[in-house]
Amino acid sequence: MGRKLLTEHINVEGINTFEVYRKHGGYRSVEKALKTMTPDEVVEEVKKSGLRGRGGAGFPTGMKWSFLAKPEGVPRYLVCNADESEPGTFKDRQLMSKLPHLLIEGMITSSYALGANTSYIYIRGELLYVLRILEKAIAEAYAAGFLGKNILGSGYDLDLHVHPGGGAYICGEETALLESLEGKRGNPRNKPPFPAVQGLYARPTVVNNVESIAAVPVIVNEGGDEYAKIGVGRSTGTKLISACGHLNKPGIYEIELGLPVEEFIYSDEYCGGIWKGRELKAVVAGGSSVPILPKELILKTAAGENRLMTYESLSDGGFVTGTMLGSGGFIAMDETTCIVRNTWNFSRFYHHESCGQCSPCREGTGWMEKVLHRLEHGHGHMEDIDLLVSVAKQIEGNTICPLGEAAAWPVAAAVRHFRHEFEWHVTHAKEAAQPGAVYRTNAVLA
Amino acid sequence: MAKITFDGVEVEVPDGTTILNAARQIGGSIVPPAMCYYTPLKGSGGKCRACLVRVAAGSAKDPRPMPKLVASCVTPVQDGMVVENTTSEQVLNVRKGIVEMLLINHPLDCPVCDQAGECDLQNFAFEHGVSTTRYQEERRTFEKIDIGPLIQLHMTRCILCYRCVYTANQITDNRVHGVLGRGDAAEIGTYIENIIDNDFSGNVIDVCPVGALTDKTFRFKSRVWFTKPVNAHRDCPKCSGNVVLWYKGKDVLRTTARKDQYGEVKEWICNECRFEKKETSDWIIEGPAHIDRSSVISANHYELPVLNQSVVADLPESTQRDLEKNPPLKLGS
Repeated sequence: MGRKLLTEHINVEGINTFEVYRKHGGYRSVEKALKTMTPDEVVEEVKKSGLRGRGGAGFPTGMKWSFLAKPEGVPRYLVCNADESEPGTFKDRQLMSKLPHLLIEGMITSSYALGANTSYIYIRGELLYVLRILEKAIAEAYAAGFLGKNILGSGYDLDLHVHPGGGAYICGEETALLESLEGKRGNPRNKPPFPAVQGLYARPTVVNNVESIAAVPVIVNEGGDEYAKIGVGRSTGTKLISACGHLNKPGIYEIELGLPVEEFIYSDEYCGGIWKGRELKAVVAGGSSVPILPKELILKTAAGENRLMTYESLSDGGFVTGTMLGSGGFIAMDETTCIVRNTWNFSRFYHHESCGQCSPCREGTGWMEKVLHRLEHGHGHMEDIDLLVSVAKQIEGNTICPLGEAAAWPVAAAVRHFRHEFEWHVTHAKEAAQPGAVYRTNAVLA
Repeated sequence: MAKITFDGVEVEVPDGTTILNAARQIGGSIVPPAMCYYTPLKGSGGKCRACLVRVAAGSAKDPRPMPKLVASCVTPVQDGMVVENTTSEQVLNVRKGIVEMLLINHPLDCPVCDQAGECDLQNFAFEHGVSTTRYQEERRTFEKIDIGPLIQLHMTRCILCYRCVYTANQITDNRVHGVLGRGDAAEIGTYIENIIDNDFSGNVIDVCPVGALTDKTFRFKSRVWFTKPVNAHRDCPKCSGNVVLWYKGKDVLRTTARKDQYGEVKEWICNECRFEKKETSDWIIEGPAHIDRSSVISANHYELPVLNQSVVADLPESTQRDLEKNPPLKLGS
């Protein structure tokens, strides 16, 4: 069993209240940072820890913090991105609803490190009940003197606000999030300028994922070097993985990075294998937008090495034979899953969630969905398969924000690894159009 | 000052200039097309992706190429930057893809569209696109919205460049229209049936690159290439009063603001000048307006059309000889 840094006390009764959380060692990092460390020392610890952004891109958090512009007399902001809406990812929701004070503690310590006196938690609109939990916890923290003016007599002030979005996936993109937080339509901004220079209200801003911020108290308490000892290579620390799909034990697991994927799927400590004794067919390893991989490639890399749950190992082989760790939304699919239908479902999501600002994404996501709909329902042609790849290529890399790529990658990867299934949907159109029809190697219906 | 190399041509521009504006200083056929960027409008650009270029070297300090194509209209230059536009195969291919994307839901009703002939999308598709489509599905349609007696909204033709939204935001007060909905269901609208009623509202017609916003007083009156543009001005208490009148015979069919060679309005005009003053006697005529673009609207005027030099090379030799004998006239030459 790996170490649990974030979720150690998650099942303690009343851990969402200030007293119980404090009793279990909560807010130690705030005391340590504010009383014994300078902001730069906190940043240095985070840098040493090798913590990488847990929202999906995996950018080193310490480096992101050091990029923050610090002009004199201009306020800076820390914004926590709690707009978790990637299909398959549900780790932040659990973390916030069970351990609201961990996030608040992380926000205080991180804001101190960055010199921000006002910080925001931008939470997804659908998570209203979590918003209430957070607001209650923030009120408790204010009452206990951990928020507000002159925290713990250190002279440092911090105001923390929770702000709900309207429930748009696109507002998880950091600049769209900032636009939405400013009260505008959630359209991603053109970059440059980057948020570190001109972010919220055109002030220097850092946007971090919930899990990244929740890891900061641990790093401050234990020291960056200690944290960096967990994990493999440049993937340090622990990561929350939200496992779902055809697993015996789906749920949220905190794993030490470096865990073999095979162990994660089949060991009883984690997901406990595929349900109903079926065979694994494919895995989407990091939320719906990362490329899907067939069983052979998710367990072993193309070179035959064991695949590990790390940023590097999962992306081994690029997009030809690899994928990404992403946000940790682990979706397992058994042999009865129709990949075409699944891809259609994903692309329907991106079609619905595209903001419509730039043309390749606005038009392309809808186009891909329509072609996939056609294929799935038995009206496809062989040319449609190449058309899908071509449209995906026209979107990828040509859009303002990464939603274009997020929409294009799953489609391109599904065709790359499961082209025979798409072809089967054309050659066996009638069978494929029936509900629940699935391609098997011997082409029988499920 | 920053020195950049654009398609092999060196140009020196002030710091903070965008790549597109640097290219416009060079001019000619290497200038990337722009469907949403509009110099007079703050914040415009970056949306249509027509102006994507490849940055082969980021700057003199960091000469690595940029990993993705960048929108030239919103990316500032860096000293020592090397940019490829027409010299990059990748850029031209991506641009083809952008044309395709913009056209898959466009109704292609050019034969009945008032914008035809001065339509940016038409020019863009003609110059950079392919002549067939791979799109089989039904094209997107919208419910009709009436936005008032002066401006006609055809949402099906819209490419969501946001120019009209910025215009209404920046030159008028109380903007009542904006973009509603998201993804490919996003549309220009007034939310609750509302008319756009503002002294400068007519300018949204001029900034629209396609036929989504057209002049109701000019609707179906004539194809633009049958009308003759004439510069005129009047003493207007609200605006500069500098306009172009579009004549057919003795009648003023339409009034627009004056535009530069990239189709950008030089001076905004008011609705009174645009919609109400349709008599020659209302105006002081300055003379024929010169159209500085290769387009059908520059044909059939008092001067020969301005020709795109890259097109001239493809013309039959006899035509080329004729052109040499009778070169296109410039106004005042």
